[in-house]
Formats: sequence, structure tokens, C-alpha cells
Amino acid sequence: MIRAFHRWPGLLALALVTLLALSGAALSVFPAAGRLAAPQAEAGLTVATLAERILPVYHGVEQIRRAPSGQITAYWFDQGAPGAAVIDPATGMGAGSADPNQTERWLTTLHRSLFLDDTGRLVMAAGAAAMLVLALSGAALVLRRMGGWRRWFARLRGPLAGRLHVEIARVAVFGLLLSSATALWMTASTFGLLPDGAAALAMPEVSGQTGAAFAQMPTLAATPVAELRALSFPYPGDATDVFTLKTDQGTGYLDQGTGALIGWADLGAWERVSETIYMLHTGQGAVALGLLLGLMALGVPVMGATGVLVWLAGRRGRPRIRGNQPAGRAETILLVGSEGGSTWGFAATLHAALTAAGQSVHAAPMSAFAPESYARAKRVIVLAATYGNGDAPASAKGFLDRLAALDRAPKMPLAVLGFGDRSFAEYCAYAQAVATAAQAKGWAELLPLGTVDRQSPQDFARWGRTLGDVLGIDLQLAHQPVLPATQTLTLISRRDYGAEVQAPTAILRFALPKRTLWQRLTGAGFARFNAGDLIGILPEGSPVPRLYSLASARGDGFVEIVVKRQPGGLCSTQLTALEPGDTVTAFLRRNPGFQPGKGGAPLILIGAGTGIGPLAGFVRGNARHRPIHLVFGMRHPDSDFLYGEEIAGWQRDGRLTRLVTAVSRGKRPLYVQDALRAEAAEVAGLIRGGARIMVCGGRGMATGVAEALAEILAPLGLTPAALKAEGRYVEDVY
Amino acid sequence: MKSLLATLALTTALTLPGIAAARPVTLTTTLSSYGGDGAYLALYVTDASGAYAGSLWMAGGKSKYYEHLTDWYRATGGDTAQVDGITGASVGAGRTLEITLDLADALFDAGYTLHIDAAVEDMRDSPNEVAVPLTTSGAGTPVQGRRYVASFAYDM
Repeated sequence: MIRAFHRWPGLLALALVTLLALSGAALSVFPAAGRLAAPQAEAGLTVATLAERILPVYHGVEQIRRAPSGQITAYWFDQGAPGAAVIDPATGMGAGSADPNQTERWLTTLHRSLFLDDTGRLVMAAGAAAMLVLALSGAALVLRRMGGWRRWFARLRGPLAGRLHVEIARVAVFGLLLSSATALWMTASTFGLLPDGAAALAMPEVSGQTGAAFAQMPTLAATPVAELRALSFPYPGDATDVFTLKTDQGTGYLDQGTGALIGWADLGAWERVSETIYMLHTGQGAVALGLLLGLMALGVPVMGATGVLVWLAGRRGRPRIRGNQPAGRAETILLVGSEGGSTWGFAATLHAALTAAGQSVHAAPMSAFAPESYARAKRVIVLAATYGNGDAPASAKGFLDRLAALDRAPKMPLAVLGFGDRSFAEYCAYAQAVATAAQAKGWAELLPLGTVDRQSPQDFARWGRTLGDVLGIDLQLAHQPVLPATQTLTLISRRDYGAEVQAPTAILRFALPKRTLWQRLTGAGFARFNAGDLIGILPEGSPVPRLYSLASARGDGFVEIVVKRQPGGLCSTQLTALEPGDTVTAFLRRNPGFQPGKGGAPLILIGAGTGIGPLAGFVRGNARHRPIHLVFGMRHPDSDFLYGEEIAGWQRDGRLTRLVTAVSRGKRPLYVQDALRAEAAEVAGLIRGGARIMVCGGRGMATGVAEALAEILAPLGLTPAALKAEGRYVEDVY
Repeated sequence: MKSLLATLALTTALTLPGIAAARPVTLTTTLSSYGGDGAYLALYVTDASGAYAGSLWMAGGKSKYYEHLTDWYRATGGDTAQVDGITGASVGAGRTLEITLDLADALFDAGYTLHIDAAVEDMRDSPNEVAVPLTTSGAGTPVQGRRYVASFAYDM
């Protein structure tokens, strides 16, 4: 929701906001230039002395004004001809032309009204409002992304465009907030919407005499030039006229005969506020702030460009859904919970089939769940993948909270279809959680929970027929999974292990594929990856990709995976047969849930067999010497001690704090969970100190590790589930 | 056609006999190319004693800037009711403002003076830019202003 408030004003007002920012940045230098150019008055100079200096030079002087830059200008009439000059306050002599700077005038008019007068002012005010909305929604997004104010300036990750966007934004947002809010205030003031007009001061009775010297006017003698705004002289020969003095405090009248102050009005509170806001916006009288705001405004074009890139990259990440109806008009609401984008592919197929059957359909991520806006909906269909062990996938974040917060269930019935992999214990666990929560809320059921195993087109088509029966339409769902864009990787080296212990395993190292400028900017494909991310390999003879955990990061300069040849395994057999120079077809899938994360808390890495891959990648990337404890299970150290050579080096140079191995073949077979129990005291100590646990390997090992950890944690009053909820216990199991 | 009668009805000057008689008068104000933003102009009339009699036209819509039309502002106390219904847009440099009004005959040849105050943002205020006596013989004779007005004339 916040993202929509950021995206649409950003895209719609992009040109306007950019124009505002650039012209504003250009204007910001003028107050500083004016300040440098203006001859400044000496400290303690009074208005009386200044007027005494100017009067002999310009006899017909009518007004003396002081700009916030300190520039003093005199206006006079001499023999019927008007004149004006910048005054050197030290001498009272002219020191330059008083004509306004034409460039500054041109820029000012462009900046505030596009040369379109009031219409232009309103357009530019709309631009300022867009900027304000962008700044506020952007700040909310940064807070959410970084995890609070205290982490406002924490290190950023992700594609370059998004990083650059946030990097600039979190500094510039303060200036843009100030500039846009003050701009709106000034527009309101210009259009007379604020009671900030000057109070009218009634003309007082005058003495009728003339000719008082400035020195005899106590008010002028007591007013420093630094506080002066304007001193207007009486009309020559008009004894009823007065001197009018404007200062930072207010306005007063001085009798031209007696020199006495005969009327005074303080500046009103609103006037003061408006003047302060004018100063904050223009930098007139606050030169440094003006320059700072101008500098921050320069970030706007960059943020505009990177923002558009981020938006485009996000759109490319999922299939285009043609003819998507607005939420308020659709009969069928299709909510999608997808992690890597494949569920969106199913959603697109379902959307197209329903639309072809004459339905109006609105597809949206589950995180955009907003039942109050489904005015004409007759049914809600949820397509939900599962992330990790039953967690919400990326596009479904917050769905369950929002459902729980509803007063009562929506009226239209609900169908839930889960996507998952039956080989996992937590098959379709998130979809199950959604269905259970809906039932608990009393939400009517359109269809019982359906499931699709490993993106099976058959499962999906079968479920589609059931849905069609309920809707009374013939629904044929023919789905071909859409694969992400693939790249070709070339093997550069391989190391073989485990042949002697019937576990032929290879560490395969591929060259980095070349990245295009687009990938570089958006971080798409192999342009950016970390150890722990996944690589999808398309084996010859099957359209279904196999996923492997990456054992290297982009910065390592290669793509590395650890593969064990499975008996009869199509992909693993092909991979383990590769020789340097051979190629594979692959794509990258991010796995943000299995990353060591920021901070310096110790890591406990637990893995067995090929599960060492991403863990080794984390250790290799640990240049900052965060404490890492690695528990590694193998069959025999002489045969399948994967990364054995490197591990010794990593220990020497401080990347790895401690290595514990568990050997399962031998006189006393030992598994990682046994090794963990043997280290119980140390593990407990580390966890008490905030350590994070990462487990990678087979399902059986992960279950054993969880049991061992439960025993170790119990004395601390902790459970594996509690640690998982905190994100301090993550698994990558297969 | 704008009627000034309503505006001037309250002023003592127009309680003279002959108030019913009025004629259309065209006021033509051409600004010089002074190189600035649009000018605010206040056109108003003072009587023989110099007292404010009424306003004829206000070029410039934002009352917060009226204080820069110094003489008009001082004479009226900034009362925007004085220019209700006779307010238009500010006049750009080099442009001409032409307005036609029904003016009471009694205003002519009776010591009344037509004044124009002018003000331009970031440039000097110019009160009493133009001061021309209202006479039937003076009609059609252009006069020059002090700072911003290149020529002003009233035609009957």
C-alpha cells in the first residue's frame, strides 16, 4: 500500500518534480552569491547613521531597503526621474545596479509558475504535493526496509539502481520534506488562504512640522541596520506625511518634525511564521541551508531515474497479466503469494482462462489484500506458494495479519490453492495456514484446499476443472511454467570427492557470465548473487529446472556449486559428467531467507555432505572476521572432506573461528547432531550471546539437528521455534 | 462596461447634482519594457483637496501585495472592498491595459485627479506613477508615468 503511494506519484509527477528540483537547485546558489556580492554594513551601524550617509549623495531619496543578503538599496526621484542603486553602507555611495538579476527572475518564474501565472502556480504546487507524498511514503519504505530509525543509515544490499535510490533518498529526504512542505505553505499564502497579511496601521496625528535630523529620531538611532527592512521617506513638501520604518520586529511611523515614534505595530505571529518559512524555502537569509537544500534537490533526477529502473525491473519479474480489472469492478479476485515468480505464471494462466470465460478478474499480490475495496467480487481465489518451513512467500507478507485484523470474514466465498513440493515435510504449509485462518474467521469456502505439487500442470488442470464445475463454466487450464531468462555457464574447473565412500561428489566452478548494462543496473540474473542463493539448472531432456545452492558470491569471481551424483538422477548425472569447457543452461533465483545477515553476531553453520556448499561460501566471504563456528558432517575425512584444503587456510586467516567435524563411517559413527550435543555448552553460550544458526543439508540431518538443538536450548528457556521466529535459526534443506 | 457608480456612491464628491449623468470613458495604460514581472496597478481618484474619492480599477489579484501600492493602500487602509468587482490581472511589461467605465460627469472639470500606483516584484514601488487631472479638454492627451507607465490616456 505504501509502495503504491510512492510509485504512482513518482511516475506521474516525475517530470514535474524533476523540473522543480533542478530549478530549485539552480536558484539555491543566488542567495549565497548575493551574500558574497553585497557590501555588508559594519557591526553596530544604526539606521540613523546610514540615512545620514545616503541623504547627501541622493537628495531625493524615497526609500532605503535592506535585503536578507545584507544588500542595501536606495530608491530616489531626482528631477522627476526615478533611480535606484545598491549602496555601500560605509560611504552611502552607489556601489552597483539595483536591477534584479534576469536569470534569477527567469528561474524563479519557471520554478513557481512555469510562466503560466496562477494556473502554473497550482501545477507546481501539485508537483510539490507529489514530492511531499513521495518523501513521506519513501521514508516509510526505508524505515520498513532498514528496520527502524536506528538502522536508517545501515548498509544497503540489492541491485545497484535500488541501492542508489535509497542511498540518496535517506539523506535527501529531509531537505525534500522541508522544501515541499514550505512550498505548499507559500502557495497557500500567495493564494490568500492563510491569515498572514500585514496588519494595517492607522495613520496617526502628526505634529505638522518638518525637518527633524535623523540623529534626533531616537528610534532610528536605536535600530541597527542588521534589523532594517525598509525606511520610507515622507513626500517632499507634504507635512502630513511620515517616515515609515519596517524592521524585523514590525512597522512604525516617525514624525518628520519631532522625530518621535507615533505609531507601531508588531509583526503578527502568522506573518512571522510565513517569513520564517519563506527564509527556509528560499535560503534568503539562510545561505548555508539554501545551498544544502539545493544540493539535496539535485538527488531528485537520480532518484527519478533509478526509481523508474526499480519499477521496470519489478514488472519484468512477473508475467504480464493482460486485461487486469480494477479491484472494485472485478467479480473474481485472484490473490497471489509467490516467492520467485512461478506462482504468478499460474495466476496469469488462470486469469486468462477466467477472462476468456467472460469473467472480470483482478489479480494482485496477497500482500495487497484489501477486502473493503472488492465492491463487486463474488469470490476470492488465493494461489499461495510456501516459503521455507511454512512461511509466507514474498508477495504474501502481511496477509495473515490483515485477515486476522478484519472484524468479520468477507461475504464472498474463498478458494485456496497451495503450491509446493511433496518431498518437503511442510508441503503447502502456508496455503494450509491461510485456509485454516480463513476457516477460523468463518470465511465461507468456495472449494476445499487444493494443492499443486512441483508446479505440476496436471494438478493445476485438475483443480481448474473443479473450479469450473463450481462456477458452472468449462475451465481448461493449460499451464506451461514460465522459466526465468537463462544464461549459459561454462565450467572452468572441477574437484572430485567421495568416490571411495559411494558418494561421488564434485565441486563445480563455472566462469561468471558477462552481464549487460541492464543487468548491472537492476541486479538481474547473475549480475549479483550471494552464497546461499539458488541456481536453477535446466538438464538436457527435461523442462523442469533443478535448484542448487550457490557456494560462491559474485565478488568471488566465479559461480560454484557442490553436486552429488544421485543414482538415476538426470541433472546430477549430467552435471557430474561435465568437463572444463562444457556448458550448462542456468538461471539465478534469489534466496534472501538463507543469508548470514548483517551485524557481527557469531554464526553457527551446520551442514553435512553437499550442504557444506553455501556454508563454505559464507566462510570464504567472511573478510570481516565475524566469529563463525562450522559443524560439518562427512563420511570419511580421506574421501569426502569437501573444501578440506581451503578450510585449513580459512582458519589460519581468521575467517573461520572453529571447525567441528562429524565422521559417519568408522569405528564410532558420529553425525552432526551428535557433534552438536558434544559441544552443547559452547553452542548454548554462543546462542546466549546472540549467535545465528544456519543449517544446510538433507532433511533427515536437519530434523536431527533440530532435535539436538531443542535439548541444548531447553535449559536456556528457548526453543528452535522461538529462534526461528526471531530469524536466528534458518534452514536450507533438500 | 463596468459601473463606477456603485463604487463611488458613498463618497461625498458624488452627492453633487448631476450624479445621474454618466458617460463611457476608456482608460488606456501602456507599460514600458522595464524587464520585470507583471505590474500591479491601482487606478483611483482623489478630489480637489487630495482626499481619496474612489477606485477605478485594480490590476493584480492578490491582496497581500496591495501594500506595495503605497498611496492607494494608505488612502484606503488596504480595504479590498474598494476594488470588489473591478479587479483584473496584473499587466506584463510592454503590455497595454484598456478598460472602459461609466464615469459620472461630475468627476470632470471639478478638481478631481486620477492617480496610478504601480508595483513590481523585486523592483521599486512606484506610488503616484501617474497623476492626471480629469478635465474634458485633457481627454485623449497621453501622459508619461514616472517609472513603469510609458503612456496613459483617457478618452471619452
